[in-house]
Amino acid sequence: MNKKHFIVLFCLGLFIIACKKSSPIVEEIETFLGFQKPANFPATAYNFASNPVTKDGFELGRMLFYEPRLSRNNTITCGSCHIQSSAFTQHGHDVSHGIDDRLGTRNSPPIMNLAWSKAFNWGGGVYDLDTQPIIPITTHEEMDENLENVYNKLRAMPKYTSKFKAAFGTEEINTANFMKALSQFMVMCISSNAKYDKVMRKEGGVSFTAEELEGYTLFKDKCSSCHTEPLFTDGSFRNNGLGISPVNDKGLYTATLIETDKYKFKVPSLRNLKYTAPYMHDGRFLTLNGVLEHYNSEVQATPNLDPLLSGNRLGISLTANEKTKISAFLNTLNDEDFIKNPLLAEQ
Amino acid sequence: MKKKLLYFVTLITIILSSCSKNDDPAPDFEEANLAPFSIEFDNIVGDRTFSINNTGSLYTNAAGEKFSISMLQYFISNIKVTTASGKTYTVPQDESYFLINGADRNTRFTKVQVPEGDYTKVTFTLGVDSLRSTMDLSKRTGVLDPAAGGGHDSGGMYWGWNSGYIFFKFEGNSNVISDDVNGDPTGKKQFKYHIGGFGGYSAPTINNIKVITIDLNAAGIAKVRKDRQSNVHLFVDMMKVFNGPNAFSIAAHPNVMFSDYSVNVAKNLAQLFTHDHTEN
Repeated sequence: MNKKHFIVLFCLGLFIIACKKSSPIVEEIETFLGFQKPANFPATAYNFASNPVTKDGFELGRMLFYEPRLSRNNTITCGSCHIQSSAFTQHGHDVSHGIDDRLGTRNSPPIMNLAWSKAFNWGGGVYDLDTQPIIPITTHEEMDENLENVYNKLRAMPKYTSKFKAAFGTEEINTANFMKALSQFMVMCISSNAKYDKVMRKEGGVSFTAEELEGYTLFKDKCSSCHTEPLFTDGSFRNNGLGISPVNDKGLYTATLIETDKYKFKVPSLRNLKYTAPYMHDGRFLTLNGVLEHYNSEVQATPNLDPLLSGNRLGISLTANEKTKISAFLNTLNDEDFIKNPLLAEQ
Repeated sequence: MKKKLLYFVTLITIILSSCSKNDDPAPDFEEANLAPFSIEFDNIVGDRTFSINNTGSLYTNAAGEKFSISMLQYFISNIKVTTASGKTYTVPQDESYFLINGADRNTRFTKVQVPEGDYTKVTFTLGVDSLRSTMDLSKRTGVLDPAAGGGHDSGGMYWGWNSGYIFFKFEGNSNVISDDVNGDPTGKKQFKYHIGGFGGYSAPTINNIKVITIDLNAAGIAKVRKDRQSNVHLFVDMMKVFNGPNAFSIAAHPNVMFSDYSVNVAKNLAQLFTHDHTEN
């Protein structure tokens, strides 16, 4: 066997290996894997025992998420204010833009990694993902519909009665089945494939650049006590020193009436910031630089200001150089797979 | 002679049987030996019967304010009965939630099953307990379905934004209500009392759940038997919403919903119930 033969055999071998490799991948896409916790993520908060994710349940949830009949005049879907290409936010809108061009008072939050969330909304009040969709469906500025009307609209559509039957064993459309289907879709909206995640999971030799690494070090020093890895939020409610808004949104206090909850809002995740501007509960900052400068120089001593922001000086000192490096690190949290995942798109 | 004896026997039998009915010894308390029992929530307004949209004949509260009623709905739950000897029976929770609707007389009975026995006390909750308020949605059906009754602006009894039920919803109109933001800016002169608050999910918040125990000894104990429908008839006096221990005027508080002041109103709500009589 000469050298030529060897090369031919080698190439043939490569082809065979390539062929073998491609076929299981195709199968993998066809098989629905259900909810899978990313290796670098902590334990979930959602009660999967009472609502295991199935292929039919997930698909039904996705149909409902993109169903305009959830709104009074069949114009608004969940996806209207939670747009996948904007990491399931309403990019470009400071506050949510709902039915009849009505405007809400808060920035549309991302449908992302909600299986790890213990409380919902910028101002809390909801602690079970299954009861969260009641708010946007019934709120005057959002979908302005009542639940029974939604169910009646869906009951008249065979594509829904058959899908409910497939997902829950009954054609009956009720609050529990309806909400659980939506939850099954929402918990599957997992963002865990940013560059950061690949570095942490040591996948494919991906590593931070020197600037990203310096930014990461600064981040851990200055930001991570609230924006805890790997979800980049600790899920708590805090007052980050924003000037009180013209509508005097009191945040968590609205749901609890506890004085020490005034002006506290849920700490948002820092994942996918590239796609989710503007920032803060009322979308007041158009750019990341605006956010960082807020922490550097604009923090105000409003009631219940978080102690972490009121030490020797108000806020967190950040030089221009530090801001650049932190921004470089935050850029590694953008997850293109998430915003392009065909499973999560309207079909 | 024979005829006389027959009369005599019949007479004795009648006397004996009527005696046995009067004595009617309480059966042994057995949890499985269930019989029908109900509490009737008969709404009244002070000295008058309750009527919806009584615009032609207004009610007057202790502050001298005239008002009409347009809506009344409240939850009654977690019914428990107690015998003179202290034995208690709690109705299984899944069957123990009722929504009393002032506009629908058929809703005024909470029909349950309790063991045969003589009961001197009934206990119930005005509202929905915190456990059920946070339970899986599949355990919150019927009157507890968040979809029931439409939105919370209409007949609905669920607040989506704080994951809780409205325990007591009482609306009406009074000319004493101002047209500004302190009253009713729509000019409809409407008062709205939506009282809820189950105590909070993770941190303690206002708790307006009222557990009410009624002593039946004075107005008639409940003799629950299989062949009868024992019914404890309560009067529920809406006038006491205003005239209770924390009396207030409609003009001063035309809207009380999820707010610290709701705690004061809820204290009045605990005083609405009086036992009128029992039908055995």
